Amino acid sequence: MRVFSIAALVTLLFVAALPRAAAQDRSAKASAPVEFTGYWVAVVTKDWRFRMVTPRKGDYQSVPMTQQARKIADAWDPKADEASGDQCKAYGAAAIMRLPARFHITWQDDNTLRVESDAGMQTRLFHFDSQPLSPGARSWQGYSMAQWQTSASLKVATINLRSGYLRKNGVPYSENAAVTEYFDIAPLPGGGQVLLVTTIVDDPRYLQQPFIVSSEFKKEADGSKWDPTPCTSK
Amino acid sequence: MGPNALHLKMSRSNLMIVGAVFLCLFACLSAAAQVEITGSWAARNHEFLTGDGLPVDFTGIPLSDEGRIRALSYSESQLSMVERQCQGWPAFYLVQGPFGLKIWSETDPLKGNVISYTIGAWEDRAPLTIWMDGRPHPSKYAEHTRAGFTTGTWEGNTLVAYTTHMKAAFLRKTGAPSSDEATMTLRFYRHGDILTVLAIIEDPIYLAEPWILSRSFQLSATSLPPTGPPCLTTYEGSTAQTAPHYLPEKNPFVDEMTTKYGVPRDAAIGKPETLYPEYRKKIPPARLVP
Repeated sequence: MRVFSIAALVTLLFVAALPRAAAQDRSAKASAPVEFTGYWVAVVTKDWRFRMVTPRKGDYQSVPMTQQARKIADAWDPKADEASGDQCKAYGAAAIMRLPARFHITWQDDNTLRVESDAGMQTRLFHFDSQPLSPGARSWQGYSMAQWQTSASLKVATINLRSGYLRKNGVPYSENAAVTEYFDIAPLPGGGQVLLVTTIVDDPRYLQQPFIVSSEFKKEADGSKWDPTPCTSK
Repeated sequence: MGPNALHLKMSRSNLMIVGAVFLCLFACLSAAAQVEITGSWAARNHEFLTGDGLPVDFTGIPLSDEGRIRALSYSESQLSMVERQCQGWPAFYLVQGPFGLKIWSETDPLKGNVISYTIGAWEDRAPLTIWMDGRPHPSKYAEHTRAGFTTGTWEGNTLVAYTTHMKAAFLRKTGAPSSDEATMTLRFYRHGDILTVLAIIEDPIYLAEPWILSRSFQLSATSLPPTGPPCLTTYEGSTAQTAPHYLPEKNPFVDEMTTKYGVPRDAAIGKPETLYPEYRKKIPPARLVP
């Protein structure tokens, strides 16, 4: 009887572990716990005056900036950014999900999720299968490593960034900033879906503590409102 | 007892063991699907959620026409009325206010299951109890309170809470109104030491569409108080039998967001279309340039 019981227990535990083992063997696309692909539109229900209009120089409310960051922000010159080709500084990975924009999420391949924005025409790639082999050239969107969480969330860690702006009025983050994001999906009453993105920016150089914000998006049926526009520094 | 009876008894025992293993496995997996949300969660006010810097800042709220008229008639001097000084804010305020969350649970001493979660009060917000024991919401004629009545369920690792029976109050402290028909769905997402709360607020009278907002908190080793200090009323200059207000088109602060921050009036008064990216393209360029 004891042998039978132990055998039953081992069998049950093995059967219970099968789905997880199988999920580890499958591609990120095949093992996705929820569907993130589609068109998503930002719903600007908070921080409106920091996101929909360009805040005035010196309006840094709520950002835990260091003194060094404040000096840089106080010297913000959007015309100089345009002239130097840096008009996309507010469209980097640390800030892009805060923009009033639409995002198109697709699978580039079985292990890479592609996130495009119409505002600024940026492309982010979430790599599920690899660490960066070499730092490579820094970019506005950096290098993003992704993994599914047991809670049906998507976790994305981004490094190798070019320095940019957390807000359009020159609140800086450095090239050593690390961005961690969590993507969650919720149903919307009456139909539809909400995408919730929690963003944590770590930057000891320009932030006194991690900068934590969350942004909300609604799913759209198609791309009929997709409107690519180039970056602007204003 | 013959050999057959012994065999039958052993088979029953085996079946019971297998059944117990199945039950244990199911219970363990179910329990593992939930996360711990109790504790002290410190506010990280990196977003301006209170929106109470200026009297007419209804940006980001998709107000209905009725809601907008009520909002613009509101004078914050009402808070100097003795009978309104301690009225407090509704349950929505837990994702808007500047304070952290203290969450604790009540557990059935025999079964061990969670009966309820409570989010502690502040001076100006009542505690919110989330009933997890499957009890129904009361009749729509039942008493409405500041906190309302909330039930909760787990959806995987996400705690989902639904609140009804809130008194008519405010969506924002500066006067954007909420009716007693408003409801709120909260979803609690825990990611390590970050707790993000998504709130979807519906109001068939004062909102043109569901108001979606969220806020993140960070786990704190320092215990937060479960309640705020008591609210005490006093004379603040308001004379009896007057209710400060503004008549239609007479609110003197309606253009303050425009003059101070370059925010167009339509956005300041909470028109629903101003929440979406295409509205930015309608803003005159002069307003976009700081």
